[in-house]
Amino acid sequence: MVYIVALLAVIFLGLAAVVVSRMAAVVKNASGPVEEGHIGLSNRINGMLMIVFFVLGLIGAAWSFLYAKQFFLPEASSPHGRHTDFLFWLGMSIITVAFVVTNALLFFFAWRYQHRDGYKAAYYPENHKLELIWTVIPAVVMALLVFTGWKAWRDIMAEAPADAQVFEIVGKQFNWIARYPGVDNNKLGSFNYKLIDNSNETGIDYTDEASFDDFVSTSELHIPVNKPILLKIRARDVLHSVFIPHLRVKMDAVPGMPTRFQFTADKTTDEMKNITGNPNFTYEIACTEVCGQGHFSMRIRLVVEDEASWLAWCKEQKPLLTSTPELANRIPANLKAKAAKYLPADATAAPADSVTASILPKGVIVASATH
Amino acid sequence: MATVSANSATVAHAAEHDHHEPQSFWRTYIFSEDHKTIAKQYLISGIFWSIIGISLSVMFRLQLGFPNMKLDFLRPILGTWINDTGKLDPDFYLALVTMHGTIMVFFVLTAGLSGTFSNFLIPLQVGARDMASGFLNMLSYWFFFMASVLMFGSLFIETGPASGGWVIYPPLSALPQAHKGSELGMTLWLVSMALFIVSQLLGGINYITTVINLRTRGMSFSKLPLTIWAFLLTAILGLISFPVLLSAALLLIFDRSFGTSFYLSEIYIKGEALPNVGGSPILFQHLFWFLGHPEVYIVLLPALGMTSEIIATNSRKPIFGYRAMIASMMGIAFLAFIVWAHHMFVTGMNPFLGSIFMFLTLIIAVPSAVKAFNYITTLWRGNIRFTPAMLFSIGLVSFFISGGLTGIILGNSALDIQLHDTYFVVAHFHLVMGAASAFGLLAGVYHWFPKMFGRLMNEKLGYIHFWMTFIGIYLVFFPMHYIGIAGFPRRYYAFTSYDFTKNIFADMNAFISLAAIFTFTAQWIFIYNFVHSLIKGKKSPQNPWKSNTLEWTAPISPGHGNWPGEIPAVYRWPYDYSKPGAKDDFIPQNVPYSQTPESNLPHENELIGLEKEIEAQNLNDQFNQPH
Repeated sequence: MVYIVALLAVIFLGLAAVVVSRMAAVVKNASGPVEEGHIGLSNRINGMLMIVFFVLGLIGAAWSFLYAKQFFLPEASSPHGRHTDFLFWLGMSIITVAFVVTNALLFFFAWRYQHRDGYKAAYYPENHKLELIWTVIPAVVMALLVFTGWKAWRDIMAEAPADAQVFEIVGKQFNWIARYPGVDNNKLGSFNYKLIDNSNETGIDYTDEASFDDFVSTSELHIPVNKPILLKIRARDVLHSVFIPHLRVKMDAVPGMPTRFQFTADKTTDEMKNITGNPNFTYEIACTEVCGQGHFSMRIRLVVEDEASWLAWCKEQKPLLTSTPELANRIPANLKAKAAKYLPADATAAPADSVTASILPKGVIVASATH
Repeated sequence: MATVSANSATVAHAAEHDHHEPQSFWRTYIFSEDHKTIAKQYLISGIFWSIIGISLSVMFRLQLGFPNMKLDFLRPILGTWINDTGKLDPDFYLALVTMHGTIMVFFVLTAGLSGTFSNFLIPLQVGARDMASGFLNMLSYWFFFMASVLMFGSLFIETGPASGGWVIYPPLSALPQAHKGSELGMTLWLVSMALFIVSQLLGGINYITTVINLRTRGMSFSKLPLTIWAFLLTAILGLISFPVLLSAALLLIFDRSFGTSFYLSEIYIKGEALPNVGGSPILFQHLFWFLGHPEVYIVLLPALGMTSEIIATNSRKPIFGYRAMIASMMGIAFLAFIVWAHHMFVTGMNPFLGSIFMFLTLIIAVPSAVKAFNYITTLWRGNIRFTPAMLFSIGLVSFFISGGLTGIILGNSALDIQLHDTYFVVAHFHLVMGAASAFGLLAGVYHWFPKMFGRLMNEKLGYIHFWMTFIGIYLVFFPMHYIGIAGFPRRYYAFTSYDFTKNIFADMNAFISLAAIFTFTAQWIFIYNFVHSLIKGKKSPQNPWKSNTLEWTAPISPGHGNWPGEIPAVYRWPYDYSKPGAKDDFIPQNVPYSQTPESNLPHENELIGLEKEIEAQNLNDQFNQPH
């Protein structure tokens, strides 16, 4: 391909040289006499070029497609993704037919009906039947596509099943933070953006006891295979967008408005290593809503594994409360006992006044989302 | 000179009119109220902006195509935006992308296209002395000029121009601490756009008023050229949708400068939790796309209107389905207002809303398909003359089809999940809206250059320009679909951070960049041709394309008031090409049926009786009004 590019570059240069030389000739002739109203060789050349362009263009399009195909994403690793892939290629085949037919007619007619001396064009201002036909046909095809697309959309966007495993992903400039509901209660604790600081990057609210076992990661998101996943999505600063290309998942992360996407991954990372033949294969999550300087590098790895090893991995992770015991200050007194098991022994003995200090004063309205 | 039927007072007045003192240089060329001069001002500004806009795209294509290239040679232009290692600054990459979009969409394809051709053609094709208000028309240009100065100035400030994408979604655009491009550059962007919108509204009101009120005798709506229909619908679209963008921009200005929370809620940035709660970034997106989607048709419809005219003229055939063309333009214009949220399928908007907008969006494919088929049928059994304008019009139809078809994929919300904000979208809208409208603009320049400047452009250079541009644009945007299908997100500075984009398509990206440079280079042929023909081009005959519309009945270089003496009356539609029985293959609109008994259709013979009535009308000749 590099050689092709080089070759084309040479061709371009050549063409440019031709143009420059032509230009010189043209400029010389510009002031000379030109026959009035004569339509001659140029018209025929342009007519011929229409056909040449169409044929070469079609060959180029077909060849480039066959070449590019190897780099398209592999088959989706989610059932909904395989369905939309099917609909995509179905739609693509329909529009490819329309593309070829209409362009063929356009260029063919342009060539076929080029100016001929003494010929008079047909006076053909309208044909209601014809117009009706080509209004109805696209309408019917469109209706079919809309209907299949709408059904797929409705299913993808449906409420997640009750047993879906919940995760949270938070976008910030410029990385993602994954929050897990923890192994003890498997519930995400509530959050509040005003509680965010360096030790509590997702603003976990420790007045909610469901928060105690939550843990976070900025490097990877582990999910179980073949289990419905409900990804809760939010953003800390500006818009971001969660994009998991291999799972055909995309949803914006919006500050102040949590969003979600439910899906099921049905191929583990290891299986994908075999399928793609790439021993280093890994699922990735990208950002697709421009968010500033580091937009192009907000990568976080996604690990899909079977449920047993996923559970085992989760159990090895330390709740944020355990790794950052100073957060215990934020736990109200009545819940201290419940939090004790996540804390090193000495942290529970923190001075009592710091507790009240960290609780928000009554009457202050802060928008907080609960789950 | 004065009308025969007018009384002596009017005669005296009109005669007085012909002896106006020559206006000063300033009033003739700078602060002119003449629609032709204003059109030329828009055209020159548009060409200037397109050079800037396309140059910016070439710069970021260098980054995308050749990520390891040392860009030190750009330092004389970009200064410290090229860092010490010769790399483009990532912040400035986003600024380039943003300004390319803003400039091309608003300053080139809206102001440069509508501004030029609506101004130039509306009075000449409907048979009016000038716009309804020459003064507002002048204001329109100078508001645009002020907007241009601010936008151009913003390119040179220290923190750089706006850089959150041309859609300037908050909170990124609202928070100066989030991004370099959200500092002064963003303020200038917003102020510039506010002025731009004022300019569009002043222009739009004028276009609409002129078309409705100042049509010449006999020029009923069913005899209007499709160009005028397109300009009228475009102006209506702009008049309804631009104010919404203005309010969106004003609220953003409030959020940025006055502490309001229209778009801001629950934000923690740079170690600080902001006090704003209750706003919604989605609100901005709704407001933005309520303009943003009609905007697509604001740039496309004039191009479709002009190419309808050019294709009919150069095929020597009536446009096929004149009424269907009008109906589909009306359909498109109406639907344009109720599809905006298809840009927002995955923003977290209610999925039910997504379903509704998918239905509405895909309905637009029907009138669009009708238009494409009508174009193709117009070529069928024609007697085609390939002028450069005709070539660009055929190119437009091809782009309109190729780019429009992928819209069927993207309008489908289920498929949009994967393709949203990938290069597939970039390829789609550049073909259907960017390239198609640009081809409409170029076709218009080639076709009406003789009317504007009294000289012909060089055809051979036009051919070379067309083929290089046509091939170049397909080489740029066709492969871009593949990159999109592979999942490459747009607005990425580099593709090195992800395994799924790393090490693939580097050659394809290089190829696209080369094709972009090639296409850009080809535009200098046009610039050369334009300037050279302006000075040394062959003098044009009065009706070089043997066209039917009224502008070709005016003098080769029309003076103030367009027609000396009476404005011609109109008796027939503008598409009587190759009419059976007629001696020429065209019959201009101002030829009455009574003069063409050999070619009249049965129902047209009945219209002969109405001619007296049409002639007796004395409507709206501004020179006959006391003033």
